[in-house]
Amino acid sequence: MDRLLRPLTALFTGRALVISVPFLFLCVFFLLPFLIVGKISVSEMETVSFKDVLTYKDGALTLALKFSNYVFITEDALYFKTYLASLRYAAATTLLCLFIGYPFAYFMARAKSSVQPALLMLVMLPFWTSFLLRVYAWRGLLTEGGWVADLIVGMGLDQVLYALGLISTPGKLMHTPFSLVLGMTYTYLPFMILPLYSTLAKMDLRLLEAAADLGATPWTAFWKITVPLSKAGIIAGSMLVFIPCVGEFVIPELLGGPETLMIGRVLWDEFFSNNDWPMASSVAVVMVLLIIVPLALFNKYQAEAQERPQGARK
Amino acid sequence: MKAATLNRWFGRGWLSLGFLFLYLPIVALVVFSFNDSAVPNVWRGFTFKWYVALASDVELQAGLWLSLKIAFMTACGSVVLGTMAAFALVKYKRFFGRTWFSGMVNAPLVMPEVVVGLSLLLMLVSVQRALGFPERGMMTIWLGHLLLGMAYAAVIVQARLSDLNPQLEEAAMDLGARPHQVFWLVTLPLIGQSLVSAWLLTFTLSLDDVVLSAFLSGPGSTTMPLVIFSRARLGLNPSVNAVATLIIVVVSIGVLLASYLIARAERQRLADQAAAVRG
Repeated sequence: MDRLLRPLTALFTGRALVISVPFLFLCVFFLLPFLIVGKISVSEMETVSFKDVLTYKDGALTLALKFSNYVFITEDALYFKTYLASLRYAAATTLLCLFIGYPFAYFMARAKSSVQPALLMLVMLPFWTSFLLRVYAWRGLLTEGGWVADLIVGMGLDQVLYALGLISTPGKLMHTPFSLVLGMTYTYLPFMILPLYSTLAKMDLRLLEAAADLGATPWTAFWKITVPLSKAGIIAGSMLVFIPCVGEFVIPELLGGPETLMIGRVLWDEFFSNNDWPMASSVAVVMVLLIIVPLALFNKYQAEAQERPQGARK
Repeated sequence: MKAATLNRWFGRGWLSLGFLFLYLPIVALVVFSFNDSAVPNVWRGFTFKWYVALASDVELQAGLWLSLKIAFMTACGSVVLGTMAAFALVKYKRFFGRTWFSGMVNAPLVMPEVVVGLSLLLMLVSVQRALGFPERGMMTIWLGHLLLGMAYAAVIVQARLSDLNPQLEEAAMDLGARPHQVFWLVTLPLIGQSLVSAWLLTFTLSLDDVVLSAFLSGPGSTTMPLVIFSRARLGLNPSVNAVATLIIVVVSIGVLLASYLIARAERQRLADQAAAVRG
């Protein structure tokens, strides 16, 4: 009996178990749902449900694919504008996060090693407190009478924002592209800082000394050594900001206005307000297509960072 | 020398401004939860009334209880699945479909939640049509959160696992430990703190999630973030500030306490190791 059971137990212990359980879980609850979405996006909507793509009737197999959703999505100006706007807001957020986050991570990594854990903790702590509540807090800060709104209007910066086209009326900051990008920058800043910090903290500082010995100014050394060596961090951080921003829903809903359409909100409305499931599925498919290139980039660098043995340098 | 001083002060200034940016909304949330006005962004005087009102806010309490249950189950499930995934990726460099596997483990981290939520829901609806279950509710929300939590847990545990010194496990095996003994007696204590961080992180993620919950919840299963979100959508609401303050206090204490305990355990472990080396 024992001899009979042994191969069975071997299958369920160690290697096979550790690989197959999460693998199966992901296949069933992550991959399969995507395939279903793909299928529904080309299905005909009926009154309560959608038609099967493949039907077998009277000995004939019919394949009814409906690409009109995709045709509509690509031809409709509003949809097209929404995609462009999503990409533009996400790109603006990424650049802003990089601009604030790079010096931040740099000075963190160069701070005394005794204070670095505390600084790291301080960056992580807001990330632990509810994201929804922190986004909601910006509503209070940016609505007329709020602290930040008073500060910006008091300094006359709203005129600058107005001139840049980020707000449509001076003095009114909420429900504008400005409040949207500010909210997204705020939310995703730690995602930029953390990968940057980890690459910058690992850097061999003797390289900078060597550069200085060879006559490089600190500024040249920074651009020629520090920045190229932190490339992996820059890419990882940018993708971690850019990709979720493209499909963001909560921030556009709470901080953006009717004029700041983003694709995540369009999907939501198609699903919850219009109940058009095939249309919502098509929007989801297009959204995935939009982020697939940055996603592949991210995965490549992520895998490289994880697989490189400790201490090894290129 | 002059440039170095300037550089240091610039660095301090940048860090301070950055932290101001990160913490300002949190401070504002807390301050205005004590504000005696229905418009919670202009100060009118000190009050506790929004906290008193919470005690009779049945909708929010029911949401909180449901959210806590889901978060607890999510954290436990995510740590188990995430640890397995991390093990598979770190220990086994070659198996069928490894590239796919590694991609799928990382994908939920960056995949827009609306897409994950929609696709899971559409699958559940298809299954429900075929089999008559599952009903949308607590379990389906849990499933969605588990998918997301597993990815986060896997990343955290994976980072710790690949930092481990393989000699420790090899030594245990040389001394005759069975693979499962090596895992329970050597590996697990070594990665213990990353499991705690992963548990806490996935707990808070689940407690905070709006989008997946909105897609996967059914009638009568409204989680706390859904209640807060529907109120926040309508405008500023002091009850949200009061809840926020309570959550912030509890989470901060929890995180600080956990990181203190983790740091202490780590120091103890290093001291033990040093003592063992001295013999």
